[in-house]
Amino acid sequence: MLDVSIRQTLGRFALDIAFTAEERGVTALFGRSGSGKTSVINAIAGLARPDAGHIRVGGTTYFDSAARVDMAVEKRRVGYVFQDSRLFPHMSVRSNLEFGLRRVPAAERRIAFGPVVDLLGLGHILDRRPLGLSGGEKQRVAFGRALLAQPRLLLMDEPMASLDAARKAEIMPYIERLRDEMNIPIILVSHALDEVVRLATTLVLIGEGRVVAAGPVGTVMGRLDQVSATGSHDVGAVLDLTVDHHVEADGLSVLVFDGGRLTVPRVERPVGAPVRLQIHARDVIVALEPLAGTSLRNTLAGTVVEIAESGPASVDLRIAVGGAFLIARVTRAAARDLELAPGRDVVALVKGVAFETDLTGAGPARVVDV
Amino acid sequence: MNVLSPMEVTALLLSLRVAGLAIVVALPLAVLAAWILGRYSFPGKTLFDGLVHLPLVLPPVVIGYILLITMGTKGIIGGWLYQTFGIRLIFTSEGASLAVAVTSFPLMVRAIRLSVEAIDGGLEAAARTLGAGPVDRFFTIVLPLMAPGLLSGAIVAFAAAMGEFGAVITFVSNIPGTTQTLPLAIYAATQEPDGDAVAARLAAISFSVALIALMVSEFLAHRLRRLIGQR
Repeated sequence: MLDVSIRQTLGRFALDIAFTAEERGVTALFGRSGSGKTSVINAIAGLARPDAGHIRVGGTTYFDSAARVDMAVEKRRVGYVFQDSRLFPHMSVRSNLEFGLRRVPAAERRIAFGPVVDLLGLGHILDRRPLGLSGGEKQRVAFGRALLAQPRLLLMDEPMASLDAARKAEIMPYIERLRDEMNIPIILVSHALDEVVRLATTLVLIGEGRVVAAGPVGTVMGRLDQVSATGSHDVGAVLDLTVDHHVEADGLSVLVFDGGRLTVPRVERPVGAPVRLQIHARDVIVALEPLAGTSLRNTLAGTVVEIAESGPASVDLRIAVGGAFLIARVTRAAARDLELAPGRDVVALVKGVAFETDLTGAGPARVVDV
Repeated sequence: MNVLSPMEVTALLLSLRVAGLAIVVALPLAVLAAWILGRYSFPGKTLFDGLVHLPLVLPPVVIGYILLITMGTKGIIGGWLYQTFGIRLIFTSEGASLAVAVTSFPLMVRAIRLSVEAIDGGLEAAARTLGAGPVDRFFTIVLPLMAPGLLSGAIVAFAAAMGEFGAVITFVSNIPGTTQTLPLAIYAATQEPDGDAVAARLAAISFSVALIALMVSEFLAHRLRRLIGQR
């Protein structure tokens, strides 16, 4: 369990953040630039000192103003991946990777050099100096260096912000592997929604130094206030489903979650595997009854739980579907005519999904018609 | 090797020894001063900065005179050294080293401070998160990265120390074989009726040593910068 509750006066505003996260998976601190995200992980690492509050990781207290605990940075064992890599220029890649490792007693080394080098694909550059590496390679070395320091927790500060789209696509799968194959909690600071939707298990939305919303990605992304919080107009709910079965003859796969099922183009995943989808609000059509004679195959029954204006002529609906949520964008006129209001049972027709799980290894998600 | 006369060899070797000892002793202090000036803010920093740089603007004769009254066998510090340890600096080559160490100290500090300030503080923060304590960080990150500045500072200060005149002659006098470094030997030669040729040869030696030192400094600094991955 990761337990963070801190208050700190920054230049422009006061940081007042409290959240908890599970011991595994990726917790994303998401918000606009200057919202205070990096200050939070700097406090966790000990590079900045909060005015008050506490920071606990597992059973260890890093900081507690009431108990006057403030553990030294070098004793905290947090792996920190900086936006600008910060590799040591006078050392080879190998020496960079071993820097943290050599400072951990042999008995406490759980993560070994060889597997990390393999995981991150660094074997061919071990003898090179950081100066000649590409941005993506530098960040991979930074991941490895942080991992090999045997951290209790990995902190990543916008690890892909300085990379172009191609390099970002190259790095993402490595972070997914760290998430899935290493049993270390990761805190990812990001202002890019696509990164968060793809990588995070828990989402903490931060705005102006405060927590706007926190919880599982699907829940937070199902909120209607995400537009103001995320600054993104590509509003969409996130659904976590599992592969139920494949319909080989039609080239389709059926995915299920507790709110129903979705039929999508064949995914290269075994039955039972998790798949994350984002369903944009503009790809959801709302009806009062199931439609006959339509090409749309995906119909989910749900209940409107919230309605909010999203533009001069449009409203967004939050629809509970089982334990999950969908967001639909409809015109204000349609909402009036259909008498859409909280408590109204509706049918949501999904006409497009974006895969957030990397199914092909080809990288970024894109919307496919279903 | 008969290119140089015994007297010239004596003066050259003495100069190298005096300057070498001065740099070896002063370098750690210069690193410390440069580190403090480059990394920390504290009340009185301007005064400290001023004191470190004072030898650069004081007339060398004044430095020699101050050393004479404080470090002489009857001076406050010099007297104590002499009474307690039997160490005498006045009229010795070690005294000459002290004089040139003081005058060349600011040169070392300036060069090293520049390289301290050029080190990205973020690298040290990264080393901290990787478990490196202060001493560990100094030797594994800071010292290697400031090596080029350290080296060029040391060599420039060395060359300047070889040429120091006023502070040396005021503090330790002009004793052939003991305190008569190259510039003092040149001065002595110019005082002789037919010493012009001797002075010219000694001046040429000084010139060569200074030029070689500066060239070596540039070359090594360049190599070092490559070694630490800065270009």
